[in-house]
Amino acid sequence: MLSRTAESLYWMGRYMERAENMARILDVSQRLAMQGRPNAAQSEWSAVLAILYAEDLYAETHGEATEDGVTEFLTLDQSNPSSIWSCIHAARENARALRATISVEMWESLNITWLAIRDMTVADLQAKGLREFFDWVKERSHLFRGVAHGTMLHNDSFAFTRLGTFLERADNTARLLDTKYQMLAFGGESDSASSYYEWGSVLRSVGAFRAYHQMYHDVITPERVAELLVMRPEMPRSLRFCFDKVTENLAGLAEGRSLECERLSGEFGSRLKYGRMERILGDGLHEFLKEVLDRTAEVSLQISRDFLMTV
Amino acid sequence: MAANGIFDEMYGWNDQVQPPYAKIAEWLKNTPPELFTSKLEQAELLFQKIGITFNVYGSAAGTERLIPFDIIPRILSAKEWQKLQAGLFQRVRALQMFLHDIYHDQDIMKAGIIPASHILRNEMYRPEMKDVTLPGQIYVQIAGIDVVRVAEGEFYVLEDNLRTPSGVSYMLEDRAVMMRLFPKLFQENRVAPVDHYPAELVRQLRSVAPERAAGSPTVAVLTPGPYNSAYFEHAFLAEEMGVELVEGQDLFVRDDAVWMRTTQGPRRVDVIYRRLDDDCLDPLAFNPDCLLGVPGLLSVYRNGGVSLANAIGTGVADDKSTYTYVPDIIKFYLGEEPIIGNVPTYRCSRADDRAYVLEHIHELVVKETQGSGGYGMLVGPKATKEEHEKFRQLILSDPAGYIAQPTLALSTCPTFVAEGVAPRHVDLRPFVLTGRDSMTLVPGGLTRVALTEGSLVVNSSQGGGTKDTWVLED
Repeated sequence: MLSRTAESLYWMGRYMERAENMARILDVSQRLAMQGRPNAAQSEWSAVLAILYAEDLYAETHGEATEDGVTEFLTLDQSNPSSIWSCIHAARENARALRATISVEMWESLNITWLAIRDMTVADLQAKGLREFFDWVKERSHLFRGVAHGTMLHNDSFAFTRLGTFLERADNTARLLDTKYQMLAFGGESDSASSYYEWGSVLRSVGAFRAYHQMYHDVITPERVAELLVMRPEMPRSLRFCFDKVTENLAGLAEGRSLECERLSGEFGSRLKYGRMERILGDGLHEFLKEVLDRTAEVSLQISRDFLMTV
Repeated sequence: MAANGIFDEMYGWNDQVQPPYAKIAEWLKNTPPELFTSKLEQAELLFQKIGITFNVYGSAAGTERLIPFDIIPRILSAKEWQKLQAGLFQRVRALQMFLHDIYHDQDIMKAGIIPASHILRNEMYRPEMKDVTLPGQIYVQIAGIDVVRVAEGEFYVLEDNLRTPSGVSYMLEDRAVMMRLFPKLFQENRVAPVDHYPAELVRQLRSVAPERAAGSPTVAVLTPGPYNSAYFEHAFLAEEMGVELVEGQDLFVRDDAVWMRTTQGPRRVDVIYRRLDDDCLDPLAFNPDCLLGVPGLLSVYRNGGVSLANAIGTGVADDKSTYTYVPDIIKFYLGEEPIIGNVPTYRCSRADDRAYVLEHIHELVVKETQGSGGYGMLVGPKATKEEHEKFRQLILSDPAGYIAQPTLALSTCPTFVAEGVAPRHVDLRPFVLTGRDSMTLVPGGLTRVALTEGSLVVNSSQGGGTKDTWVLED
């Protein structure tokens, strides 16, 4: 496969996943802001920007972090390269360069998503309702993955798309967990009822509320939420799951060659597989999650060295 | 329905339904206009969804527009098609021989049929191609010949497109959409299929691969990229042929060969179907400011390490001033009379012709010899006095840069427009494929229609639309 094609597939996967993650981050913040912790609403929106390392860009264009400002910034703001609008645009532009590679259904599904958001205004968004909008973004992302799975050849093209999806997801899960854990676990007094609602919101935002109960049959504790999102191999948004998928796809792409990107991903995957949660929490979850972000970036860089800069 | 003094494809000269249109005329009569409106909307949604768009030059990058599609097909009988095919094959065969000749022995210049200066001073003549021998001596693997009709059985060639002719994706997609919208019409009419075009194209491209690559040559489509006006078509053809769609940055030259950068390392390319102008192919040999090409490509090509379709330097044969010589070219190389003639054309470089053009400019269509896409053109009867004067000055300052033709009474075809079904002028671009041992013409082509009443300009960049083109089977 052409290296440029591989790169476009990878970014198409990443951007679509990022659009979904933006919707999830905003969704959980929306829910938390409604739960009336002291100063919650205000700090919640700054925290969202912190997750994305976007405080400066936001401050330049919007000033103070308010619900309306941050929501607009992350949904339809065309000047923010990480807004849902920009992510869908970028995913679609990558797909446009891939017209000869991806399936017709895949292109059409992305193109329809793009056409729906292209001219959307803040007023449209409010009329539709934010929750509705987030659900729509998530559905389009589900559809994207489903169409990819169901219509693309499961060969290198598919593998590069999946790499984009799972590296982006690992990155996002780490960021989300990091900020929420700091805020909720160390954010002052919280009784079990508010813990239930707050962590419940986090779980819901990653679609894991029911999964948690099925697996733990018990009250929601920050430690278990962290374990679920870091270590559990059956949880599709956990770091473990993402790294397993990345390693698996890289092994397929390597076709017997020994590639550094596969080794890096496998090495970190082993720590997620054989590590202990108590130890990670003991050493500091924040430190650990920062390392996850570094590893994710490292694997991503090595993928481009091994596949995209082959000549 | 037909306008006065103009031949209508469906209604002839005086409301006599032409035989190939019998069933469609019936259908047109029995279909309520609301259905057309709703089908047309459906068609537009389909095109939008599939993303069949083209980018408009001169507007912001990435501005995508749909080419208007008309749901009333343009129909040719098997007999009409046979004559067209014979004429097109004859013309393209002669043009291949002409190109080989001007880049080798130059017999046609020695024989005084065309002045040597006309060829050698032509901007499109590429001295780099002198004495380069191409597989099968084929220069033009893909030709798009624009044909117009003025009466029953009376066709003329309006223009040869021998560089990177586009539009074939519309031939294929218009058909696909028509079959989806009106499946019954295809049960009632025996329409010859066109969808094997990509298979024929890749077969002919493989046939001109360098000897070395015999067996299974690697073919790639070279595009300028997603912002090119015809990008959709490049991607579409690559997809349909099952070959890579590459940009210049994906290719490089090493060891007298062209390679693609792939995830598994370099892979050699044997045939490049390039949709990039000569000027941009190789910054080391041609325009150094155009970075869309591949440095060093020309030298590999000259040594036979890679084949290009079409060849470098074909522009000299489709230039509008060379056009006037094509009937002579056919006679010279084939010893035959042209089966399809040219539109009578005045060369402004000739004193008599120029005097006539300057005097009759208000009746003529004046074209730049190297213009394309309907730019740089004057339609005399529709233009103002100031525009006439402007073109007189342009011609005087550069006589060889212009030709003129009488305004032809181009045939019309019923077309669904805002006012209802009305006659609109059409032309036809069939695509002739040439390989090492054979020629292919898929029965159909791109019918372009000028959507404005009375307009003769069918170019999509100037607001023209397209129609599905049917060739009926016997």
